Amino acid sequence: MLSAVFIYNQKGEVLISRLYRHDVKRSVADVFRVHVISSPTSVVRSPVTTLGSTSFYHIRYDNLWLCAVTKNNASAAMVFEFLYRLLGLGVSYFGRFDEESVKNNFVLIYELLDEVLDFGYPQNIEVDTLKLYVTTESVRSTRALQSDALATIPQSITMQATGTTAWRRNDIVYKKNEAFVDVIESVNLIMSAKGTVLRADVQGQIVMRSFLSGMPECKFGLNDKLVLDRDPASGAAASASASASASGSTQLGRRQGGMGGFGDGESVEIADCQFHQCVRLGRFDTDRTISFIPPDGEFELMRYRTTENVNLPFKVLPVVREMGKTRIEYEVLIKSNFSAKLSATNMAVTIPTPPNATKCRIKVTGAGAGKAKYHPEENAIVWRISRFQGLQELALTAVVDLAPMTKPTPWSRPPIALDFQVLMFTASGLLVRFLKVFEKSNYQSVKWVRYMTKAGSYEIRI
Amino acid sequence: MMNAAIQTNFARLQIVKQKVLAALRKGENYELKTELNSEYKERRKEAVRRVIANMTVGKDVSGLFTDVLKNMHTDDLEIKKLIYLYLINYAKTQPDLVILAVNTFVKDAEDTNPLIRALAIRTMGCLHVQEVLDHLTDPLRKCLKDPSPYVRKTAVMCVAKVYNLSPAVAEENGFVEDVRKALSDANPMVISNAVTVLTEINEIAPGQNVWRLDKSSVPVLLVAINECVEWGQIAILEALADYTPQGEKEAESICERLLPRLQHANGSVVLTTVRLLLKYEKYVHRADLLSQFTKKMVPPLITLLSSEPEIQYVALRNINIILQRHPKMLSKEIRVFFCKYNDPIYVKYEKLDVLVRICSERNTEPLLNELKEYAREVDVDFVHRAIQAIGRLAIRYESSAEKAVKLLIELLQLKVNNVVQDVVVVLRDVFRRYPQRFADVVPTLCEHIDFVNEPDAKAALIWILGEYSEHISNISSLMGASLESFLEEEDEGVQLALVNSAVKFFLKNPKQGQALVLKALQTATEKCANPDVRDRAYIYWRLLSADPNAARSVALVEMPPVELESASLSPALLEELITELGSVASVLQKPARLFVYKKADKAGVPRDTDMESAAGAESGDSNVGVSGGGIDTSNEGEPELLISF
Repeated sequence: MLSAVFIYNQKGEVLISRLYRHDVKRSVADVFRVHVISSPTSVVRSPVTTLGSTSFYHIRYDNLWLCAVTKNNASAAMVFEFLYRLLGLGVSYFGRFDEESVKNNFVLIYELLDEVLDFGYPQNIEVDTLKLYVTTESVRSTRALQSDALATIPQSITMQATGTTAWRRNDIVYKKNEAFVDVIESVNLIMSAKGTVLRADVQGQIVMRSFLSGMPECKFGLNDKLVLDRDPASGAAASASASASASGSTQLGRRQGGMGGFGDGESVEIADCQFHQCVRLGRFDTDRTISFIPPDGEFELMRYRTTENVNLPFKVLPVVREMGKTRIEYEVLIKSNFSAKLSATNMAVTIPTPPNATKCRIKVTGAGAGKAKYHPEENAIVWRISRFQGLQELALTAVVDLAPMTKPTPWSRPPIALDFQVLMFTASGLLVRFLKVFEKSNYQSVKWVRYMTKAGSYEIRI
Repeated sequence: MMNAAIQTNFARLQIVKQKVLAALRKGENYELKTELNSEYKERRKEAVRRVIANMTVGKDVSGLFTDVLKNMHTDDLEIKKLIYLYLINYAKTQPDLVILAVNTFVKDAEDTNPLIRALAIRTMGCLHVQEVLDHLTDPLRKCLKDPSPYVRKTAVMCVAKVYNLSPAVAEENGFVEDVRKALSDANPMVISNAVTVLTEINEIAPGQNVWRLDKSSVPVLLVAINECVEWGQIAILEALADYTPQGEKEAESICERLLPRLQHANGSVVLTTVRLLLKYEKYVHRADLLSQFTKKMVPPLITLLSSEPEIQYVALRNINIILQRHPKMLSKEIRVFFCKYNDPIYVKYEKLDVLVRICSERNTEPLLNELKEYAREVDVDFVHRAIQAIGRLAIRYESSAEKAVKLLIELLQLKVNNVVQDVVVVLRDVFRRYPQRFADVVPTLCEHIDFVNEPDAKAALIWILGEYSEHISNISSLMGASLESFLEEEDEGVQLALVNSAVKFFLKNPKQGQALVLKALQTATEKCANPDVRDRAYIYWRLLSADPNAARSVALVEMPPVELESASLSPALLEELITELGSVASVLQKPARLFVYKKADKAGVPRDTDMESAAGAESGDSNVGVSGGGIDTSNEGEPELLISF
């Protein structure tokens, strides 16, 4: 259990201090400041600092330090999960979570802290539920009027805050029942200078926005290899039924053109997945069915990871030659490796340069090759390409002049990093096969699915 | 005279300063006092906010206690919560005044709004004042049976607060019994809070046997866990992890029921489940089940590596422990531990440690290439560890030695100061493991002699010179140059190495070495201030003059190869940490009793002193073979290559 939670600003001034147990005094806030925040070594060597019998856990966000204190052998993993949840709560409540918003909303933050932890044990940190009864000023007044009129409202709130479906109210009504599914993949890569893939994996996230009435029972299907392999008949039947009802409104619509990246018949080997707490884990464990009653609005339904057969959207062939001590020559060739119908947007290629670089002559070739600029403050050439078509090749050549150094130290050659997003493409090949919604009132619902792949940490060594 | 005058003036100034400060302080509090008693609601509200703001930054606003209390009776929930917060902070300092607030609390605890009832009962418990306890018992008893589960779960938690303050009151009023009953509540959150409270009470009073999980209550928890919020799941998992199953069947069924928890999005649910599974391994004997458990654990553990860096760090520290129990578990997954360029440094250290630990002979090649990349990074300490790791692999797997030495020489040629020092030290260890095998790289090494400037590296290089003198063409001049700076060199390790190497060189090559060894021994015996170096030189001198053959058998003997295994935990500590996966202890890799003191020790002194005596006792009876203490002494005496924390 946590004994205290503190929020500091950059300088180490306490913005929020909440003690939960009597085994610590407020002065421990100073201990953390002295030992960690204003410690002369600028690099934090561990997020957990134990001094005597007191352990401090911290995370940093924007210009804030969030710190939890324990006196017992608490679960460090839980404390960090909690701190991140607290952070998410702040972001969700105030839009931004920084010194200013903490100072402006300190009353509300204290209310939240009182609610999410009791005697140092985490209680309920579901944003949606908390927003029902810990509200910001403007909402508060209208809510207060309501609760005067209807004394029963707090009753239902507290039922929800502790109930088995703590994440959902049971009285939601929508005129049009819709559900949006976004499959968002981050592809991570470490490639050696010679072009060997050292490590490639995909972190996927399925975000759902549900606008469904009542208490809908949802069933969700992916082209999961384990499901399709075990029971090919049911897989085929399911896809057949899906296509049979293509004209009906229950069909999974696609908001944008066809799936260009992959064939529909393939299955994906999912190495691991994690679910939102609404998903019945027992069901998934026995027959890999993803069934749940969704929270209202946006939430992360699941996270998954694949490591096999990753479709790398870009191939980078870098040649970096150090010509003596005064010049470096770059030739970077990038090839897109997805259907020509698709395109990547917001692409940025960061090509590191040595700290003593003085001048860069850069040339980019290819249709729509974008612009490349030398950013001395980042020690890098940043090449921005607004649209990168599928099956295309772009190249950059650059000559970088170096200033002579009094004490020559070799350049550590940090990797080239790519940033991009490709719509309607999944690096893992994952597809949503169906989303079924069952509700007592048996309404029709419309479902949409979108796919996007973006760069996680996409590094090519040089 | 002057001085005295200055001093009196200074003293006066000090007094004035204090007065001014006091007035200022009084000023603000005085103003707040007026505001708190204002007739306008809004102004009072603002004043309460300011009081809390001052309290947050650490100003003393305890003087406003009665004025704040006056505002307590209000319908405004925000003001109420702020005043409650104020009370929690200052109740302890003003126990007599708190009583004034009790009436409002008791009244609130009967409010129609469950949120207010819960708030009242929650805050009352937090006051931690003996005087309030008597007034708390009645409302608490009611709230424990409240129709609203929200109030009940808060009331259950309040019992822990009461028990902390006075176990007697909690027992006499039957609160503990009520909590035990709450285990069969219809609401999952009430159940999980009850589990939390009972676990805490057990910790406070371990002898009392307040609560023990038994065969009948386990199934209830196994059902409840499916409906709990994540934090409640953790509480239940922890309770189950501490339970001793009655027989194999029960253990198997518990594990199988809990396996799905590995798919939870919350990393601590995953880690606690892993901890339970590992702990239950000793109760489950079916090999197929055990291997299924291990197989199921791997993917979620790896997924933790894509969470936030702090959680990654905790996960990696724990993976490090788990690997000592199941060394083969992750050997196929080596690539996921490759460091990203932007990983925080503490994550990189842990990944490196895991990489070396799980590396098998098959995948040394890719790992060595990877380590070479790391050795070129900026962080000096990380580079140091990467180079050490290369050495460790070379020593562990003979087949990789060739490649490792090649990499090390490549790194040497980068001529980066800290890299050169580390490489030389590591090369010495590799050479000791494979005598004479890498003689051909020694000349290249000697080309970089001018870059070697750290004592450790120097000593290592001089040892290599002595060992491989026959392969170095300009050996006399190199050794001569080193001897020139013998006295300037303050480090005794370097001086000893010089004496040793000079003797070895002479024994191998008497003609060339004669002058050199004479000079070395003379300088060491006559001019050196360090007694150890002098003694060593005298011994050699006498040996050489009395019996060169004896000297040969002393100086030219082959040294035992260096063992460079990863620092491992002692079996007892490992066993302890496995049962505490995810905890602070697992992160520090130290037993919990070193940094947690029990409530039972009323003295309130952290048991650091105990720890020292325990450690002493351990090394004392180490011949018994039972390491009772937690500190790992098994690696003592060996060069500590990886400082794992």
